[in-house]
Parts: sequence; C-alpha cells; structure tokens
Amino acid sequence: MATMAVQMDGGPDKIPLRLKLQRVERRRKLMSFTLVLPLLLFILIAFVWPIGRMMFNAIHDDTLLTLMPRTTSALSAWDGKDLPDESAYAALVEDLKQAWARKTTGVIAKRINYELPGAGSQVTSSARKASTLSAGPYRSTLIAINPIWGQHDVWIVLKRGHSAYTAYYLLRSFDYQFGSKGQIVASPPENAIFRDVFLRTFGISIAVTAATLLLGFPVAYLLATLPTRTSNLLMIMIVLPFWTSVLVRTAAWGVLLQEHGIVNELLITLHIISRPAELIFNRVGTVVAMTHIQLPFTLLPIYSVMKTISPSYLQAARSLGAGPFYAFWKIYFPQTLPGIAAGCLLTFILCLGYYITPALVGGAADQMVSYFVAHYTNEDLNWGMASALAAILLGATLLLYYAYNKLVGVDRLKMG
Amino acid sequence: MIAGALAATGLMAGALIKPALAGDQLTVVSWGGTYQPILRKNVFEPFSKATGIKITEDVYSGDIGKIRAMVESKTVSWDVIDAASSGAWIMCDQGLLETIDWNKVGLDRAKFGDAGKFNCGVPSQINRTIVYYEKNNPNPPKTIADLFDTKKFPGKRGLWKNPYPNLEWALIADGVPIKDVYKVLNTPEGVDRAFKRLDTIKNDVIWWTTGAQAVQLLANRQVIMTAAWTSKASNELFETMWDAAQGGFSWWAIPKGSPHLEEAYKFLAFAGSPQPQADVTRDAPYGPANKDAMALVDPKVLATLPNTPERDAIAVNTDFAFWIDKGDELRQRFNAWLAK
Amino acid sequence: MAAFAYASPLEKGWYYLHRLICGAVLLYLVAPILVIIPLSFNSVPFFTYPMPGLSLRWYEEFFLSAGWQGALHNSLFIAVLVTLLSTALGTLAALGLSRPNFPWRAAVMSLLISPMIVPVVITAVAVYFFYADIGLLNSYTGLILAHTLGATPFVVIALTATLMGFDHSLTRAAAGLGAPPITVFFKIILPLILPGMVSGALFAFLASFDEVVVALFVASPEQRTLPMIMFSGLREQYSPTIIAAATVLILFSIVMLTTVELLRRRSERLRGIRR
Repeated sequence: MATMAVQMDGGPDKIPLRLKLQRVERRRKLMSFTLVLPLLLFILIAFVWPIGRMMFNAIHDDTLLTLMPRTTSALSAWDGKDLPDESAYAALVEDLKQAWARKTTGVIAKRINYELPGAGSQVTSSARKASTLSAGPYRSTLIAINPIWGQHDVWIVLKRGHSAYTAYYLLRSFDYQFGSKGQIVASPPENAIFRDVFLRTFGISIAVTAATLLLGFPVAYLLATLPTRTSNLLMIMIVLPFWTSVLVRTAAWGVLLQEHGIVNELLITLHIISRPAELIFNRVGTVVAMTHIQLPFTLLPIYSVMKTISPSYLQAARSLGAGPFYAFWKIYFPQTLPGIAAGCLLTFILCLGYYITPALVGGAADQMVSYFVAHYTNEDLNWGMASALAAILLGATLLLYYAYNKLVGVDRLKMG
Repeated sequence: MIAGALAATGLMAGALIKPALAGDQLTVVSWGGTYQPILRKNVFEPFSKATGIKITEDVYSGDIGKIRAMVESKTVSWDVIDAASSGAWIMCDQGLLETIDWNKVGLDRAKFGDAGKFNCGVPSQINRTIVYYEKNNPNPPKTIADLFDTKKFPGKRGLWKNPYPNLEWALIADGVPIKDVYKVLNTPEGVDRAFKRLDTIKNDVIWWTTGAQAVQLLANRQVIMTAAWTSKASNELFETMWDAAQGGFSWWAIPKGSPHLEEAYKFLAFAGSPQPQADVTRDAPYGPANKDAMALVDPKVLATLPNTPERDAIAVNTDFAFWIDKGDELRQRFNAWLAK
Repeated sequence: MAAFAYASPLEKGWYYLHRLICGAVLLYLVAPILVIIPLSFNSVPFFTYPMPGLSLRWYEEFFLSAGWQGALHNSLFIAVLVTLLSTALGTLAALGLSRPNFPWRAAVMSLLISPMIVPVVITAVAVYFFYADIGLLNSYTGLILAHTLGATPFVVIALTATLMGFDHSLTRAAAGLGAPPITVFFKIILPLILPGMVSGALFAFLASFDEVVVALFVASPEQRTLPMIMFSGLREQYSPTIIAAATVLILFSIVMLTTVELLRRRSERLRGIRR
C-alpha cells in the first residue's frame, strides 16, 4: 500500500489524495452514523430485543424440564411404545412430592392441561396423594391412585417436556396439536378457533382496504384536478380526522351507531328503515369505523401520485380520438397504480394489527388476532400462546413491510 | 448479562421519578369505582387506626397478568389484593398467591363456610350474579329458564362474558335440578348439553365484562333483561330475579413475594373479622363472608342482603373446587365458542 | 375537467356524480367528528338530536373532577417529556440519515420507522414482559420510554422529508468560508429544518398524548392517562363527560393541525418551493 502510494503521488512525505479523500469519506460516514447511533441503540434495546425475547417465548417452554426434572430425564431413554418402567414412575413420584412441597403442582397441571385437556386436575389430585407415598412399587400404586398414569398420552407429553423447546404453541395457533402418539393432528372442533381468527383478520383487513380504495380514489382524483386553493381547503377535511385520536374517532362511531343513535334515528326519520338496525358490536360497526380511520392512509399516497401526472397525456389521448372513459382507463388509471399499491399496502399492513376499534365497536365474533394476544397475556396468563400468535402476526406484518419497502420505499411514508 | 445491566439502570431510572416509599405501610389493591370508597371507610381507615399501619391504595380491573409479571420478576409492589372468583382461582392455581396460614390469621376458618375452603385467601364478601329487568315490566321473567326462552321473551339479553354462571344456568334451564348441576357439568355430555343450550340464545346475547356495562345495557334498554352483579344502584333502578342466582365470593389475597408479609397478615386478620365485614353491608349490598358478622348487621339491612335464607335456598352455590379443576378447559372452550 | 366545454351529456352526468360521491365521502370523514362536539353540550346524558337544552355540566365534570384532571395532568407531563426526548433522538438520526452516502440507509431507516408498523399490541406486550424483568413496570420512566419508541418515527419522517430538499452545498459553502461546524448547524441548518422539527415534535406529542394500548399494559393507575380513562369509560358506558374529553382532544388536534400547516407553508417559502 505504501509503495503504491509513493508511486502514485511521487512525494514521500505527502499522503496521496485518493487516500485522503477516502479517509475524509470514512470520517463523514462515521460522523453520520454517530448521529443515528443513539436512536438506533434505543430502538435495538427497547424495541427489537423485547420483541425478539417475546418471539422466543413462542417456542421456548421449560416448565416441565425445570419442575419435573427427574421424570423428564428418566423418560429420555423411553422408546414411547409401552408404558415406561418402574424407574420412571419412581422419578414421577419424587417430582410430584417436590412439586407438592414447593406448591408448583398448579403450574405443572396447567402446562399438561394445555396439551391434554382435563388431565391437569388429575395431576393435581395425584400429587396430593403421592405426597404421602414412601415406598414402591410405584407403578401399580400410581395407576391405582389415578388411572391416567396407566395411559400413554400423559407420558408422551412428559417425554416431550424433556426439551426446553416446543412447537405446541405454534401448532395451536394453526389449530393443530400433538396426538396421543406424538404425531401432529387437527385440534378438536370445539377448541379450533385460530384459523378462523387469522382468516377473519385478513378478511376484515381486505374489506377495509377495498373500501378505502373505493372511497378514496374518486376523492383523490378530485383533489388532484381541482385548483390548489380549493383542493387545499378540501384537504383539511381529510387531514383533520387523520389528526384526531383513534380513540376519539372510535368513540364518535360508538355514539353514532348506537341502537338509538344518530344514524338509526336519521334512517328512521327518512323512512329507510322502520326499526333500528344493528350497527354496533358487529362486523358492520367494525368495518365502518376502521374504514373511516384508514381512509386517509390510502387516499394520500394516491393523491400525491396523481399530482405528478401531467394532464397533457389525457388531452393527447382525447385529441387522438379516445373516448373519455377509454382514455381515463387506458392512460390515466395505469399511472396511478404506484399510488394505489402504496396506499393499499400501507392500509392493509396497519389493519392487521387493529385492537382498540374492534374491541370497542365490534362483537365477540369480530375480534382480530391482536385481541387474542392481549387476552392470553392479561386474562388467561398463557404467555406461550400470546407469543405464538404475536409471532405469526408479526411475521405477516414484516413480510408485507418488506414488500412495501421494495415497492414503495420507506422514504415515501408521509403523514399528510 | 444484558438483562442484568438493564435491570440495574431500569431500577435506577425508576427510582428517580418514583417518590421514595415510607417504611410501615401496606399497598392494598381493589376494584375502584364506587366499591373502593366503601372499603376505605369501613375497612382501610379502621385498620390503620387500630394498627398504625398506613394503607396505600391502588386500583386494578382484574388484570391478573400484571400480578403474574410482578411475582415472576420478583418486583411485587402490591401487598394485598381484592381477588374475585376466576381471577383468584387462576392465580392460586399458578402459585402466584401465598397459601394462607390460618394460624397466623388467627380466625376460625370454619366460620367462612364454603368460601373458607379456598387455600389462597381470607373471604371478604359474598355476592350474587342475578337477573335484573326493567321496572313495570308487564311480562317479567320468573325463572332462569325464562332467560333462555327467546319465544316468550323476545329481545336481547345481557350476559357476563364468562363461562360461569352461564354454563350452570344453561343446564338449569335445560331441566337439570340445581343440586345436580356440577355432577352433570363434570361429564363431557353435560358440557356439550350446556353449550347446545347456549347456542339457542347466542344471537340474542350482548356480552358484558364490567359491572357498569351490565347496568348500562339495561338502563339504555339495549336489553330486556341482564345478568348482573348485585349493586345498590341497580337494586333501586330495576327489578330483581333471584332464581338460580349464582353465589360468588371475594377474597383478600397476598401475592407471593410481597415485601410486607407480616403487615399483610395483620390486614387479612382485621378484614376477615366480624365488625368490618358487618360495617361494609351498610353501604354495599354484599353479604358478609364471616358468619359471626351476621349478628352485627343492621336489622334494616339484613333483608336486603343477597344471602338471606330465602335467597340462599334458591341459589346456585359455586363449586369452586370444580372450577379450579375444569376452569381452564371450559374457559378455552367458551372463548372458542364465543369467537365463532 | 378541461374538456368540460365540449363534453357529452354522459360525461356531464359523470362529472356531477363524481362530485356527489366525493361530497358523500368527505361528509363520512368529517361528520362523525363534528357531530359529537355539540353533543358534549347536551343538558341530558343522551346522544341524540334534537337536544333538549344546552349545558356545560360535562365540561365542569371534566375540568373539576380529580380523576379526569389527574389524568390530563399525567398525559401532558408524559407527552411533553416524550416530545423532548423523541425530537432530540429523531433530529439527530434524521440529520445523519440525510447526509449523502449514509451506509445501508434504506435498511436503517426502515428499522427506525418500524415501531409505527409493528402492531401496537405486540409492542405493548413485548415491552410489558421486558419491563417486568427490569423493574420498569408501573413507572413514569417506563411509560415515557415506551411512548418515545412510538413517537420518534414521526419525527424522523417529518425531518427526513424536510431534509430531502436540503441543499448540502450551503453547509459546504459555510464551512469553506471558515465557519466551525457548531456555527454551521445553528446559523444554516437549524433555521432551515426548524419547521420540520416543530411539526415532527407536534406529531410526537400527539402520538404520546393519544396513545392507549401501550399505556394499558405498562402503566398502573398512578400513571393513568386521559386515553386510558376514556378507554375504560368507553368499555363501560358512553358518558357525556367522555364526549366532552373527546371534544377537548379534537380542539387540541385542530390547533396542532393549523400550526403544522402554517409551518409547512413557511418551510416551503424558505426553501424556495413554489406551487
């Protein structure tokens, strides 16, 4: 490097210009990176790390491994065909005794109950009785205490507990579970809801996206073709709701759509309906309110693309003899496609994560994935399930976000 | 490592903004609303006067996730919580609550009847979930079967978004005698039967999750009748229907790892004693859980309690041993049923 | 619609139909917000027109009751700190990002913006587990940091948009004339980006002021914010006081919107953009 530099520059004491420029360039890069660093670190520590940890919870569950260490290790050599041998039963009794003394039976029972509904209470009652056992043979005694220990399924669940990683929560998120031989089977219909929930989430998101496009496109076109002064005035009508809190707007819809609310009263006064229609706590209310909130997100990108389309193309088409609708469809509309893609994709992505609005104006059958994440976190205390559902939702969101970045570019994200 | 360092900075940062806590005090958490001031007057303030222990109050809305987060991260800042039915069962089941040492409490466990069988708390009160309907209703519901009869009683009805008492009620409406409800519900066929019965009214139900919601539904005439927890205001506003009323309990419980365990036990002993339990009935329509308190209740109030002998005779006594066992399973199924 | 003069009747019909549709959509957008404002002055606690009389009683309850005022106070306190924090972090980052030749610009930018895209429940639950571990649950610090997470992307977006039209030869000229970097920043850069900074800050303020989901998870009743009270109120019953609170929030938004609009015009004038 040094000899090369000497050759290029010709003077021994001077740093060559190329190197100097490179150095300056590197320093500039470093300087710009230093400016971004505080926020980058903040996002990594307070956002990326917590989310990563939560995603880890979707596949990591060491409840049985830590609370029933003897049983799980005794079962690691078990072939899973016949019932395990006496040593596994002895280990089980030891573990149950310890669990009873440490009051961890509830946690173990709940964990087993996830995979074998109904088994949880048998485990608890067995632990209560096993706590007084002092000598074997344990196998026959345990089976006498509770026939569940003579069955295959519970042992399979315990054997799987030897690994700190489980696919159980992710499987459940798609309405699958482990069968009695450890194979993957569909969940029984009375417990299968998550496929419905994901489909519903996508369905509502598609409906809302389509509605915003249908309503937003004509308005965007109007705004793009009106003189600036008028369009600026109308723009306020779009940006004002955009700036109003989602909670306030949802509350407004709650007031409007009530059984004896303004919309119903108006429809009855106009003799469109004779009895109040059900507009709230169902799909109608959810879609109406969500469309209202998302409309500006779809409309604004379409508008900014339309602003850049020169009217001369359309005029040229017309003067060459194209009819007004043909010209619009063949010449104008294709040029708006980038805006439509940007707006619809953004709206769709944001719709997937809705929580507040369905919770306040939707019914029990309109709740989307986010609701179940919150429910499993706060009320059911099944954090593995919450994490698994969140992981799938996040995966879908990030995939679409990636597509958005490729198609539109994050620079084009605007806020009115 | 990272988590440890973050924890240290987190605690430091937390300490900067939080005011420093004084020594001898207890944080007691209840449900807020109109109920908490009643507790303040009749339980918290007399307790502080008697023991010199200051009480800091907090409010929660049954979000037990927070309690689990506190217990698991060993950052428990709540010493005593006012825990009601399913929340109390789930927490006890998951080992989030101290198991009560009744010797330390110094009260006779037998005085609390069924409620005293719970391992993780001292019973605080008896409440009921009943059916309310509008005054001057020409066609009043008389039995719980009427709640499920959409032909004779067309219109929406309000129900608690919770597996109980709905599953019990569904069975009773389907002809199961009250005393056999839990025997039937303990079988898979019984559960199917209850859900089948619930199916018949599913489209006519508005579900509520908070006490105020239930009252509001009826006050706004969005429903013709609603299940609701008894409350003083509702008793004045609406008519009551006590058939198959579901008995529930509340307990004072201590989250595992409370930094003020001794003081917390003192509070449990005081709050479980007859006098404060009887005093609460002056302002809230709940029954005292301690049987000795009945003698201290104002005779005028006695007839309005939810646990008068006549009302007790037709009530469904929640078998919470059953719900501790089966709650998880049934809740899962109920939520799946709801979401469809 | 330059072709209107020689348009066919069908086209004229379309023209009016289009305007009618647009009118209906704009009504759909604005009406819900405007309709509830008068209802907050209703003398009776119902939400229908005609109103039997006017009254300020719901505003009295909002401005005089300790619960609402405590929440308003908390919300303002938290939002102001969030605004300061996120504006500082966001401005630095936007300045760095807008320099020419920033490495992996698109990737870094999309990472910095991602808190806006990730479903808010996921952020809330993840932060909630995280805070439980490090002891920040139920603290003002925790809530402020969590809100800063959600607010900073707005600052970054507003500022990168302003800086996109920024002429870097200005700073080079200043440096070439001997101005030290600090002087360059305060004399050249700051005046030019100030409008973007202020509108980013206002967005950040609103993002925190209106936020409810994260607050529901990480805050305790001690840190309760206005949206938290409104949310639990809305789940229970639609009280007129909530509508009064909503009206106050709407007025807040209108003031902010006007400020941002004025700033945008000023900024465009400063940067010599004509429309």
